[in-house]
Amino acid sequence: MQSQDKNLVQIALYAAVIAALGLVPPFSLPLTGGVPITAQTLGVMLAGIMLGPLRGALAVLLLLFVTALGAPLLAGGRGGLGVFAGPSVGFLLGWPVAAFVTGLLMKSLRRLDVLISATIAAFTGCILVLYAIGVPGIVMMTDLDFATAFKGSMAFVPGDLIKVAVAALIARTVQRGMPSAILSRS
Amino acid sequence: MARSTWLHRCRAGHKLLALFAFSLILLPLTGLLPVAAAALGVSALYYSIGLGWRRQLALLVPVLPLIAALALLHLLSGSLLAGMVVLLRLLTLFMLANLVSMTTRMTDMMAAMMPALRPFALIGVPPRQIALAVALMLRFVPVFMAILDGLSEAWRARSAQRPRWRLMAPFLLQALATADSVAEALQARGGSAGVALNNDDRSPGFAKSG
Repeated sequence: MQSQDKNLVQIALYAAVIAALGLVPPFSLPLTGGVPITAQTLGVMLAGIMLGPLRGALAVLLLLFVTALGAPLLAGGRGGLGVFAGPSVGFLLGWPVAAFVTGLLMKSLRRLDVLISATIAAFTGCILVLYAIGVPGIVMMTDLDFATAFKGSMAFVPGDLIKVAVAALIARTVQRGMPSAILSRS
Repeated sequence: MARSTWLHRCRAGHKLLALFAFSLILLPLTGLLPVAAAALGVSALYYSIGLGWRRQLALLVPVLPLIAALALLHLLSGSLLAGMVVLLRLLTLFMLANLVSMTTRMTDMMAAMMPALRPFALIGVPPRQIALAVALMLRFVPVFMAILDGLSEAWRARSAQRPRWRLMAPFLLQALATADSVAEALQARGGSAGVALNNDDRSPGFAKSG
């Protein structure tokens, strides 16, 4: 059990990591069919993988809160209350849940190799759960029918799969370099 | 835009409530006429603080790709006309929310949102700690951007290839090391419970929380 101060700093740390990754210019790969992918959800995955369920979700909530206050911290320099009136609001509000589920799985799979457990956790939390919240959000905000919204969202899945792999590789590197940093396993 | 328009002078809490009320009215609208009227109304609000249609369009640029993609999906599913109304409604709400953010300082927004944070005190997170977390996070972002810049510069000095994700792990390790020393410094000064909060516009997290 670590001190509350350290928890606080670490929550702020991952919130800032998610923000910093959002400011990295998006890039597209042939593998993703030309759809630009941002590194921001990678930060959400890392928050869940590294911090565990509660602190991971709090880190994401902190980021969303500061965004709502008006800081342009989302990918593409977006911020302010406007982002919560956009079609992707379901994905934004799904992020804390995604981080929570990712952290929960990471914690319960701690006996497995970190590469495997991080892959399973990030895939389930930040793809399955996140899209389960985000796609109905698109339907609600845009009146598209579910099938169309679903198909449209699928364009981003290849990029997210790459991010799951990258998150797992980062988790393994951190485990080698600074094992104490993977709080979800301690 | 003048720094102090009538909207700047409105209280943040009132603007938030007005935004909330307006979105409740706007969201169920499906007819082209009422939605277009609402859009014109929001545009007029922008004019009233000195932002003409050019500046308004510039604000829309970041969301245009997404709106175009959604319009395409509506076209493909054969609901283009209804889709246009929905997208216009979406843009109207976006612009209004944007207007509130543009005319409200982060300190005031923070103070206005504080009542909404009170439930967190029940699970052991007092508003003071949330304020500290906000301030810490805002300070971390430029520090982390500098770490990323340094790493990618070092990478470019060594390689002609693009680093892509290879910098992420060293980035995270450096960020974690930074956070460790910040946590130690915080503890050495009596912990988050002992931090003196001051009323300074440049550090929004510290304002009006003590």
